[in-house]
Amino acid sequence: MNTNGHDAASPLLEVEGLVVRYPIHRAIVETVVRRPKQHVHAVSGVSFDVSRGEMVALVGESGCGKTTTAQALLQLVRPDAGTVRFDGIDVTALGPRELRRLRRRMQIIYQDPYESLDPRFRVEATVAEALVVHREGTREERRRRVVEALELAGLSPPELYLDRYPHELSGGQRQRVAIAASLALGPDLLVADEPVSMLDVSVRAGILALLDELRDRGLAVLMITHDLSTAARFADRICVMYLGRIVEEGPAAQVIENARHPYTKALLSVVPRRDPRRRVEPQILRGETPNPISVPSGCRFHPRCPVAVDECSTVDPELRPPAGVGAGHRAACLLAGD
Amino acid sequence: MSRKLLEVEDLHVWFDLPHHRELHAVQGVSFGVGDGERLGLVGESGCGKTTTILALMGLLPPTATVAGRVLLDGEDVLARGERTVAPHRWKSVAMVFQGAMNAFNPVRRIGDQLVEPMELHGVAEGATAEARAAELLERVGISSTRLHNYPHEFSGGMRQRAAIAMALACGPRLLLADEPTTALDVMVQAQILELLVSLADDLGLALILVTHDLPVVAQTCTAAAVMYAGEIVETGPMDALYHDPRHPYTRLLFAATPDLESRDAVISIPGTPPRLDRQVIGCPFRPRCDVAFDRCTAERPALGRVGDRHDAACHAAEQVAV
Amino acid sequence: MTALEGPVEAAVEELPRRPGVVRRLLESPVFTSRQSLVGLVILTFFVLMALTAPLFIHGDVQAKVGPVFARPSGSHWLGTDGGGADMMKLLVMGARVSLLVGFASAAVSVLIGGTVGIVSGFFGGKVDIVLMRLTDYVLVLPDIPLMIVVAALFGRSLTNIIVIIGVIYWTSTARLLRAQVKSVRERVYVQRARALGAGNTRLIFRHVLPQVTPLLVANTVLFVAYAIFAETFIAFLGLGDPSLVSWGRLIQNAFTDDAILNNAWWAIVPPGVAVVIVVVACTMVGQAMEDAFNPRLRSGHLSTRRFRLRPVPIREPR
Repeated sequence: MNTNGHDAASPLLEVEGLVVRYPIHRAIVETVVRRPKQHVHAVSGVSFDVSRGEMVALVGESGCGKTTTAQALLQLVRPDAGTVRFDGIDVTALGPRELRRLRRRMQIIYQDPYESLDPRFRVEATVAEALVVHREGTREERRRRVVEALELAGLSPPELYLDRYPHELSGGQRQRVAIAASLALGPDLLVADEPVSMLDVSVRAGILALLDELRDRGLAVLMITHDLSTAARFADRICVMYLGRIVEEGPAAQVIENARHPYTKALLSVVPRRDPRRRVEPQILRGETPNPISVPSGCRFHPRCPVAVDECSTVDPELRPPAGVGAGHRAACLLAGD
Repeated sequence: MSRKLLEVEDLHVWFDLPHHRELHAVQGVSFGVGDGERLGLVGESGCGKTTTILALMGLLPPTATVAGRVLLDGEDVLARGERTVAPHRWKSVAMVFQGAMNAFNPVRRIGDQLVEPMELHGVAEGATAEARAAELLERVGISSTRLHNYPHEFSGGMRQRAAIAMALACGPRLLLADEPTTALDVMVQAQILELLVSLADDLGLALILVTHDLPVVAQTCTAAAVMYAGEIVETGPMDALYHDPRHPYTRLLFAATPDLESRDAVISIPGTPPRLDRQVIGCPFRPRCDVAFDRCTAERPALGRVGDRHDAACHAAEQVAV
Repeated sequence: MTALEGPVEAAVEELPRRPGVVRRLLESPVFTSRQSLVGLVILTFFVLMALTAPLFIHGDVQAKVGPVFARPSGSHWLGTDGGGADMMKLLVMGARVSLLVGFASAAVSVLIGGTVGIVSGFFGGKVDIVLMRLTDYVLVLPDIPLMIVVAALFGRSLTNIIVIIGVIYWTSTARLLRAQVKSVRERVYVQRARALGAGNTRLIFRHVLPQVTPLLVANTVLFVAYAIFAETFIAFLGLGDPSLVSWGRLIQNAFTDDAILNNAWWAIVPPGVAVVIVVVACTMVGQAMEDAFNPRLRSGHLSTRRFRLRPVPIREPR
């Protein structure tokens, strides 16, 4: 695990109480009959920080709200409540002009390298697009910066890639082009949404090592992933999400080795290990994650929780440090102290 | 040695390419699976694993050409192409496809879609078929009252289980699963894998699990075959593959897979697999291999025995007498 | 900045290069499918004929040059019409008007329909609803009565015809484009460009438009077929420009001059056949293009042919 030598006193990104809800369109009948409006509660009060030189992994299964959280903090989706502070600036209060300027400092990389690049744009055009959009530099300057970005992303020699089309490149190369495109403007924060899940295994480590290296150089990285093994190996901190909330967070090693939330424990138990001799007793939860439309009362997890008690159906636990854990480790469970 | 349920001997598949070229997708693959055995077919994209199992059921497109023998209970089902393989489809061998949860007809009920193969293959019909369909749903962990639901009323995981139920409709002895859990969450994946293992154990079903996910194979299968560039480069019991890999690709592939409990550095393998539309001279893995030597450039290694039921196609692997 | 340790997956020199634009065009189904080639040849023939006609044909085509309804002969290959004018010359000159109207109104229609479709599909929401309502209203307008009304109100000029056809028939293009644009808009690279800070104009013109242009072109070609046919029946109904000769007009003339009564098939059949041939040719080309550009039309998996067998190749010592 890389040590974070950077000053973590003022995190680059501070998310507080983020809420994103989508209303569900109702038929006219239901409006007339005055049925209460229903919402998809994608994100229900998420708070976390990311500092420079730190990689935070947002982990969870589908429907937990991790992707929506990422989109909301980049203001690609308007949050319904909560604040997002980037370098002290309240992003949610910005007008479109200032927001556009701020976008240069926060970039996102998507999951699908085969769809991330416009098939009609050559590599140079794709990587330079950010510069063109923000009217930076002359043609020569842009080309120079494109070459730099490609080198940084591990595509060497860059000249060989400049006038290629995406379909001439492999998945790993395309993802590197996407990364180069985000690096061209020199961002401070990089959000990586499942950056390697669609790549071959033998290629993944290269991309992850690249993100690792960028993090060492001072970039703040927020990685969205469903793969706990990857998060365990590369992230500094892990936030486990369930049904729109963070249920456990802390230093990666702590969360993996000393998990306190029953959901985290169950997830860790079902992640397959490489070693066939390593038989972990899997705690397979019955059923599937419930619909974010009808969120269970009290603790969101209690209907599937193997250790739930009566109180769990009425009390919604807060994220707080349970007894006997290291610094920065918090879990949202009434029984986490045991 | 008793005959295994499935014996594949020297299977080749070519695909037509424009300008009279061919893609040699599967290059002489041989393996066997017995009743109740769980074999993993592992490899990255383009290695030929999906094509291999499609060939077992004769589900290849008209642009494909096949050679070799696929012996089901001793009978070569590829002997006369479509004619010999069609009777076995779904009755002896069935398949759960990649993205099977999206393979349901959205306007027909699940129950009807389970009954369809039974009636088509003359296994059962009418009330008997419906009863059987109900049983199958229960067997895969879905309440039989949901026979009358439409696919969209099922979650992704449930649809995958329904797809497995559909594959079992005619009582096959061999089940082929192509990336059955790739698009699923880890918890649902665990449920599905648990189901597949229990089916193999309880019904004596032979299972071939095709995936790129090594840990899934490590935890689910008893043995595995690692494929690279259209051929099997190593095969053996799961334990041997992890603790004593004899082909560099197997070793590197494990090293490239992050593990929850390991502090080891995760590596990536530089380079890409060779193009399969050209003939490869020497070992196809040589350009990416970390222990290659002279012989590897000139001579292509054949699969040789290196341990108990453990074969590897590598010049650096010490062979033992069979 | 120093380069980071990043293994490059393949020697890029080995990767296949994308062939140039001309090569791709020549290899596209437009030129390779037999059906499309035949259509293209026919169309080229007619267009060339129409374009070069004034070089060979002089004077007033409608002037009397022979007996009324004379049979086809050496001097008049297709005989004469009810006014004694040479049918062949009339046919060739008629091509000019019919084809002009066809292409021009196709252009108008695709312009309107394309714009509506793209704006509607890209912006969605209220804009989409309003534009689609508009499309629905235009869709239900009865075409022929509308044409009669317009002809009565605004006169029967060529421009009016072109505009009318374009304005009545743009709806299917709008619908098609809207669907296509909606799906392209959701593509990851468009979202990524937006996340970069790109504005709507850039997104539409640089990312969306190039993706829908092929379908637009295919749609245009198919539309030309329809427009020519539309012009024909407009002229036939007597709503066409009275000073111009078009194929529809020729058919109308033949009707009013009682060609059938006079057994003068050569006065009625050739223009009709010409329309049919051109319409079919356009359809053939347009279909081939649409098959190539609309991935949902692919149905290769429904083929009845099966995989083939081959004996096992002999393993030579490698």
